Order: sequence, then structure tokens, then C-alpha cells
Amino acid sequence: MKVLKLIIKNAMRHKLRSGLTAVGIAIAITAFGLLRTIIDAYFIGVEASSDTRLVTRNAVSLTFSLPLAYRDKIAKIPGVEEVSYGNWFGATYIDQKNFFPQFAVEPETFLQLYPEFILSQEEQENFIKERNACIVGRKLADKYGWQVGDTFRLTGTIYPGDWDYVIRGIYDGRDPATDESTMYFHWQYLDESLNQTAPGRTGQVGVFYVGVNNESDVVPVSDAIDNEFNNSLAETKTETEKNFQLSFVSMVGTIITAVRIISIVVIAIILLILANTMTMTARERISEYAVMKTLGFRPRHLVGLILGESTAIAVAGGLFGLLWTFLLVWQFGLFLTANVGSFFPVFELSNTTMVIGFCTSLLVGSLASVFPALQAVRLRIVDGLRRID
Amino acid sequence: MKIPIVYNLRNLISRKLTTGLTVLGIGLVVFVFTAVLMLAEGFRKTLVSTGDESNAIIVRKGSNAELTSGIPRSQTNIIKTQPEAALSEDGRPLIAGELVVVNNLPRRSDGQPSNVVVRGVSKESLLLRTRMKLTKGRMWRPGTSEIIAGRSVAEKFEGCGLGESVAMGMRKWTVVGIFDAGGSSFDSEIWGDVEQFMDAFRRPVFSSMTVRMKDASQFDAMKTRLESDPRLTVDTFREVKFYENQSQNLGAFIKILGLTVTFIFSFGAMIGAIITMYSAVANRSNEIGTLRALGFRRRNILFSFLLECLLISLAGGIIGIFLAFFLQFIDVSTTNWATFSEVIFGFKLTPPITIASFVFAIVMGFAGGLPPAFRAARMQVVNALRGA
Repeated sequence: MKVLKLIIKNAMRHKLRSGLTAVGIAIAITAFGLLRTIIDAYFIGVEASSDTRLVTRNAVSLTFSLPLAYRDKIAKIPGVEEVSYGNWFGATYIDQKNFFPQFAVEPETFLQLYPEFILSQEEQENFIKERNACIVGRKLADKYGWQVGDTFRLTGTIYPGDWDYVIRGIYDGRDPATDESTMYFHWQYLDESLNQTAPGRTGQVGVFYVGVNNESDVVPVSDAIDNEFNNSLAETKTETEKNFQLSFVSMVGTIITAVRIISIVVIAIILLILANTMTMTARERISEYAVMKTLGFRPRHLVGLILGESTAIAVAGGLFGLLWTFLLVWQFGLFLTANVGSFFPVFELSNTTMVIGFCTSLLVGSLASVFPALQAVRLRIVDGLRRID
Repeated sequence: MKIPIVYNLRNLISRKLTTGLTVLGIGLVVFVFTAVLMLAEGFRKTLVSTGDESNAIIVRKGSNAELTSGIPRSQTNIIKTQPEAALSEDGRPLIAGELVVVNNLPRRSDGQPSNVVVRGVSKESLLLRTRMKLTKGRMWRPGTSEIIAGRSVAEKFEGCGLGESVAMGMRKWTVVGIFDAGGSSFDSEIWGDVEQFMDAFRRPVFSSMTVRMKDASQFDAMKTRLESDPRLTVDTFREVKFYENQSQNLGAFIKILGLTVTFIFSFGAMIGAIITMYSAVANRSNEIGTLRALGFRRRNILFSFLLECLLISLAGGIIGIFLAFFLQFIDVSTTNWATFSEVIFGFKLTPPITIASFVFAIVMGFAGGLPPAFRAARMQVVNALRGA
């Protein structure tokens, strides 16, 4: 315990310097936490994926549709438990800034395939009953202050025109990774309207959602579906929901790599700051180390002192940093939502990030003391006592 | 009388490691700052240069991207009669109908599929896009499954190089030419005959019509006429503005993320500078006392230490910008959600960005150097000489 006291007293000898160093480390840990949270947010769709759900889309690209008639053929394939379908609607709510995802889905089968969207029995029934009903996620409803029974209008882009909806349910996500910022409405509503305005576009589905009985069916069913429609006018590509989500992530692969690189740069900056401090500190105390060696302290004692001081400062900085990360992640999330809409449906600091942040500060604390510690160990007593500065 | 700068320089050099670490820290921060601004600028420039000042683009009402737009032939025939259109050498109005679809093709780098814009163009399209040049090979022959690929697509996607072929829409298309579109987003596209594509992808409508106007000032008149015509449901934009809009979201995200990170880093770098300078002041208290005793005023001391810090930050700034300069040789490709397709762009260093980065470095130096400089200036001569 005496050693600990000595370490802390040493650190407090230059309160300002130690304090500033800790703050510098805290800032860097905060940045690191934010960047990791951003990467986590990109992968959230992947996390929320189910192992027994597949997504079937047009092989050319997601922007081409599939005929509704495929539904029955898919349902007949052995291993398939449930088939639903949906179209990305992509309309604007008042202003482009208010972006949130909207899908036109087959309501009954969709809710069965996605049990993680929790609605009351009454909300479910009302949603299924009314043609222009919709359900919205809790986060989305909170953002616009929507209640069940409210109406709103969307201006279509892919499907032009004005579309009116009434909210019949607000769903909560079962898991923390479940998305709560999407709106779902009836595919029939879309199709019937197209029948009036653009008859050539009816009967077209964006994706099919396919639920299989168990995981072992995934590969055979995927192959069976794609084989079924091979050489047809609309060839399909079926993949697990996880891979489907991953394909979106890989589209922005460059950004994620850049963020990862910056995270490493952040660690480098922390190291530089702390190493700088420890170097200065060690240089000032050379004569002290020489005296201690004369008194009989072994090199390992000196190393322990230096290491201890470095780590103490790093840990103090790390703890501060974690606190600030909380605040920053919260504020950054709000700022993004205000300016760029529902970019990340879930933007939260994970426990893993906090643990990694803290461990990083410990690691940095140790690394930064290496060079000064080596210097102290290699010091010849006579050189140390000779130094005046 | 001012304290000679040599004094500061020599002090910096004598404590090489500490100075080096601080300079490196500031350099890193300036590098990230500059890189972010360069990236956002590169992205914006790619999209903006896609548009031509004298061109206007017409899409379906409510669409903000060609992908979600569709104009039936009944309407395109009416649009083709606009008088503002310039005429080609053989007297044809320069109005081109184009079809834009997106195909999922594998990247060369990791084999992962990504969305590539495939544009079906009319004969007039090439005349409208003055920055487009065919650099290798030749144009496609009419009625065949031949296509040309943009410079970046040929480099980055499998099967899109000269002589290679790619399967799209149940047909095999051979790349017979490579074009350079002057760094605009067209470099990330595949071009082919619009009639062939309409057939292959079974999309019998045009996505957009592009018009070259005789005079750019005629835009408003044409816009009013087209949008008030009851037979048409279209929106008209200046081509430059249209493509610039597509860069808003992603550009804003890059800037927000980048500048937030840089802002945080800058505090880190400033703290690094402050720590260095405080300890410098503490260690040199004898010198400071001596200088005061010799007759230098407090403000001379203040400026001297401030200058020392500025030298560090300037050095860091130069290093940071120098390193950032080399980023311009790197291509970045990512998906622009506005068009749901991959766009390949780069880092662009402009004079305003260089100036901004220098200012940033200087501000960091100033903020970091001021408190320690004050402390140095305020020291009592007698205490300083005593070696506090």
C-alpha cells in the first residue's frame, strides 16, 4: 500500500500536468467510444437477424421487382414454413430531412414471421382489418409524437402521389437490437392504388421474406428457390437475412474501414500524449532515481513506480472518458437524427465498447511507461547524480 | 527588444523527443482534419462535376433520383419539342432520353457485390456530355450487346474491363470501350444503348430526359412551361443542382462525423501542446529569470513562449497537410444512398482547405501555448532565478 501511496503522491506532484494528461486521455477514449458505437450502429441490422429467415430478391439488383405469383411457388418448397413479402416504399414525410424507412407488406404473414415486433392483440387485429392502417415503431412514434389513431400523409417518390395512413399500432422491439424506427402498411393498399394510377406496375413485389423450419433447411431452401426461378424473366437470389443485412454494410465498407483506421489513430494519439508526459516526468526525476538506486531499490521497483504512475493517470483518464462517451454518444445521436434523419435506427453505447475503452486506457498506461522505465533501469547511478537539470 | 527566435528554435531542438511527440500529435490531428474536408470536397466535386452548366434534367414529379423516376413515351415525345434545346451539327435537337437501372455486380477487391449504375443512353447523350471522352476501344455497334464502361467501374468491378464481359438482364454484354468522364460520377457507370437496355431489363420507360439549352438563362422559361403542362407530370432541374442534391446526405454525414472526431482530437492535441509548454516553462525558470534580469519585458517573454508553441503547431500543420496531400492518390468508393449505387470518388485538396488547416493548426498552437506563456511571463524574477 505504501507503494500505491507513493505512486499517487508522485502523480500529484505536478497536479496540472497529471490532470491535463488524464483529460487528454479521457478525450481520446471518448472519441474511440464514439467511433466504435458508429461501427456497431452499422452492424445493428446484422445483429437483429434471425437464423431461420431468408430474403429473396431479384438477382439483377434490389431495384428490380419480383412477380407476386412467385409466392405460391416458394410456399410449396419443402422446409418453408411461412412466406411474406414487402416493397420498399421510400416516400417523403413533409421534408427529405425526416427520412425513415417505410415498407408495404402483407400484414398477417409479416407479423408472424417477425415476432420481435410486439403489438397488443387489439393493435394487431386493427392493423390487419383496415386497408390504410399502418404500424410504426416506438422510436419513430416518439420522434413525431404520434399516438394510435393519428393520421399522416406521405408523398411518394417511387410511387408518386399523396398517400394517407392511420396509425393502428405502435410496436416495441423485443430485443435491444430490434429496429423501432420503421413504418409498415398494407401491400394491398399500394397495389390497389397502382391499379388505378399505373396498372402496369401492379402485382410486383420487392422482396420475399421466407421463414424456414430450422437452420439446417437454410441452404437447401435457398438453392431450391433460386433453382425454381432460374432462366425465368425474373431470376432470384436468396440469402439468409444476416447476409442480406451484411450486403448493405459492405456497400459502405469503405466508410467503416475509415472509421476503424481513425480509431487506431486515436489510440496512437493517446499513446503520444501519455508517452510525452511520462518522458518529461522521468527526465525530471533522473537524480531521484539515481538516489533510489543508491539506497538499494532494485530496477523492478523503479519500473513499478513508473508503470504505476503511468497507469494511474491512464485509468483516471479512462474513467472520465467513459463518462463523457455516454454524453457524446447521446448528443451525437440526437444531432444526426435532427440533420440526416433516421440514419442509424439504433445508436447506443454497448457494454463491450465501455470495457474495451477501459482496457485500452490500461494498455496505453503500460505502453507509455516502457521507454522511460527502460531509461531508468539502464541509468548509471553516477550519471544520474551528476545531472543538474 | 524581442527575444531572438533562435533561442526558441534551439530549445525545441535540444528536447528532441518531447518536441517530436508534440509535433507528431498536432500533425496527426491536422491530418485527420484535412482528410475529412478533402473527402467531403472530393465527394461533392465528383457529383457536382457530373452536371453541365448548360444542361437541364427532367424527371418524374416527386423523384429526386433517376432511379425512382419513370417518364412514359407519351410524355417524352412532348418534351422533345422544347424550343430552348440547342441543335446538333445535323440539326437535331440535343435532348436525350436515358434509362437508369442499378445492377448488383461483384467488386474486384473482395468479390462482394455492390450496386453499379447502368445507363441506357441515346445518340444525343454523348453530345450533351462534353466532358465525356472515349479513352480506349470504341463505341458500341447499334443493335448489339456491346457496352462501354467508365474508368472507375472498369478498374473496380469484375468483368468490366476492356474486352471483358458481364452478365446483366439475362444477356452477356461485352465491354468494347472505356470512357473518362473527368472525375464525375459517370466514371462509376456502365453505358449502353437505351433501346437494348429497355428490352433486356424490361423497363419500357425513360428515367430522365436531359436537355442542352441554347442559353442557360432560358432554364426558367422552360421549367415553367414543362411543369404547368397538364399532359406532363415532371420536375425540371438544372443538371448541376440535381446532382449536387444527391451529394447532400452522404456529404453531410461525412462532414458531421469527420468534424466531430477532429474537434475532439484537437482538444487532445492542444492538451499535448499545453503539457509540453508548461513543463518547458517550469524547466527553464532560471532562463526566464535571467532574461528578465537582463531587461527583457514581460510581454517579450510572453511572445517568445507563444512563438515557440506556434512553431511546434506550424511544424505539425505542415506535416499533417503534407501527408494529407498524398491521400489524393487514393480512390474511395462507397454507396450513395441517394442513388442506391456505388460512387467512386477521391480526396481533393483545395486552397481553401489548405488555409483552413493551417488556421486550425495555428489556433491549436495559440490555445495550447497561451496559458503556459502567461505563466512564464508572470513569474517573479527572484523566484525564477532561485530555480523554483
